[in-house]
Amino acid sequence: MKFLVFILSLFLFSFNYGTANTIEVCGSCNYKTIKTAIEEASANDTILIQKGIYQEYNIHITKPLTIIGKGLPVIDGEDQGEIITIEADNVTVDGLKIINVGTSYTTDFAAVRVVKSENFLIKNLELEKLFFGIYLEKAKNGKVINNTIKGDAVEEFNSGNGVQLWYCNDVEVIGNNIKNVRDGIYLEFSDGILIKDNLSQNNLRYGLHFMFSNEDTYENNIFENNGAGVAVMFSKFITMKGNIFRKNWGTASFGLLLKEINDSEITNNKFEENTVGINIEGSNRINYTDNDFRNNGWAVKVRGACYANIFEKNNFFNNSFDISYNSKLNDNSFDRNYWSSYTGYDLNKDGIGDVPYRPVKLFSYIVNRTPETIILLRSLFIDIIDFSEKVSPVFTPDNLMDEHPLLKPVSHDIH
Amino acid sequence: MFKILKYSFYDLMRSRWSYVYFLFYLLLGLVLLFLNNDLSKAVITLMNVIIILVPLIGTIFGVMYYYNSKEFTELLLAQPVKRSSIFLGQYFGVALSLALSLVIGLGLPFIFYGIFNSDAIGNFSLLLITGAFLTMIFTALAFVIALTNDNKIKGFGYAILLWLFLAVIYDGIFLMSLVLFEDYPLDKFSLIATMLNPIDLSRVLILLKMDISALLGYTGAVFQKFFGTNQGIILSSVMLILWVSIPLYLIRRISNKKDF
Repeated sequence: MKFLVFILSLFLFSFNYGTANTIEVCGSCNYKTIKTAIEEASANDTILIQKGIYQEYNIHITKPLTIIGKGLPVIDGEDQGEIITIEADNVTVDGLKIINVGTSYTTDFAAVRVVKSENFLIKNLELEKLFFGIYLEKAKNGKVINNTIKGDAVEEFNSGNGVQLWYCNDVEVIGNNIKNVRDGIYLEFSDGILIKDNLSQNNLRYGLHFMFSNEDTYENNIFENNGAGVAVMFSKFITMKGNIFRKNWGTASFGLLLKEINDSEITNNKFEENTVGINIEGSNRINYTDNDFRNNGWAVKVRGACYANIFEKNNFFNNSFDISYNSKLNDNSFDRNYWSSYTGYDLNKDGIGDVPYRPVKLFSYIVNRTPETIILLRSLFIDIIDFSEKVSPVFTPDNLMDEHPLLKPVSHDIH
Repeated sequence: MFKILKYSFYDLMRSRWSYVYFLFYLLLGLVLLFLNNDLSKAVITLMNVIIILVPLIGTIFGVMYYYNSKEFTELLLAQPVKRSSIFLGQYFGVALSLALSLVIGLGLPFIFYGIFNSDAIGNFSLLLITGAFLTMIFTALAFVIALTNDNKIKGFGYAILLWLFLAVIYDGIFLMSLVLFEDYPLDKFSLIATMLNPIDLSRVLILLKMDISALLGYTGAVFQKFFGTNQGIILSSVMLILWVSIPLYLIRRISNKKDF
């Protein structure tokens, strides 16, 4: 009997110890600052932050905690430095507004930083007046969901990135709205990342930026009006699906910039009104299928050292230039695409033009050499020389053609 | 002047040629829309037509009208009417009727197709305005040529040559000089060279609307300023107006001095 009571009490005790307490933080509560609440809390507790303004920075979370803001409380860092640093596994941060992160030229201060932790969840945050937004450092298996990040970046050298992943694995970045920072989302040495349903616009540099990151996926994102769209550099096995690249205008602007990318898939994306839809440099074995290129200056600009790429079932609508090459060599294949400037015929009515289409015009070659000639775009003289080049290619790759140009646009099933 | 304008205008409106011209544009618009089923694509094709055909028709029609109505002009000259008002009246009669045929001929099919509910309306109206300007410019140039050449064949020859030069040869020389001097800063030169040719000027004006993404790809401060802001559109419009008013001034001067 005694033994049983002992067991029972032990059980009860441990149960009691195991339950998470809820600690409240507000102006009139026991805990008036978030820092003290975190210090006093034990592992797995929930900290409920009531509406109000909390002037705090350097908040270190060193144990598994759930921090929830009620009615969007504001944490004002007063430009002093970093605000929240997560250094433990299983931490959730939800529903806070964090403003005034300190700017520094030596340290990357972030609104929320995750250091060497797993299973974190960062959601519904609103970040404003920031340097770096959410900085994930050697973190794993976490989620960054539905955050709004609004920066006020003016110069590249003294601004930070919206979401930065550095040496991370298996993180999901979903449904965030990022604008006016340097890079919307930046990945360096990060593998197995899923980036989905984000809106990244008006950023100084790139909407999304990959460096040395492999086996990542980004889908259904919108990248609009960024300094240079999306850059994928020195990476492998990237899947790019269903994204929209829009209005990336400017002299060094691209919808998508590919540099040293191998073995990737680019499917079902839309490229609209960019100066350059896709700029490809040193990229091999990439499949471009079911993409729409609409009203771009250059739909695809191939810079060289690009081998074994396949362009299939894409639609090219009213681009000033469909494809531009800067050399006579071609090792890429173009097949069964729709080209709005195709002028051939289809006698056997199988929907495939009987005359091959040459997407590279002589004029695009001239513009590559002497950029000022762009002012002669669509002039009658240019049409005449383009036509003569089409009949007998001299400057453009003579094996570069679409043998089966489609007469009607491909209808893509998704969206 | 207005009486003569009215007379020339009604005379032309009754004549077969303006009907042919009007029907040609009507047909062109209908066929384009029928074949393309896409407003914005039709607008691009239309741009090529406007830039090449409108100047050609304006030039030939202007020269033709002047030579055809020469006897009537001489009769008018015997009356107490100011010389400038005779020629300017005739000019405006021709230019207005041509511009009207163009705008109505192309406008009707596009209106029926629903241009007002489409976002291509801005591009389309710009196209029509440029077309009207080109008509005015090339008819005026044709009148200047006809006034200075009493020989019909010579006059026609010069008029065709003028069109050929401005529509094709000019761009060829322009392109060659850009490629030859590619080591030098060329953005100012290319902008000025564009301004000096009304066909290029209207082409660039339309490009500013339609191919702005490609035009912005070039790295050059002058280009950036021209294409990136409203300055480009304002400057081009001012130049177009200048291109109308200078030949008009020439018509006035030559007709006042000319010995008939």
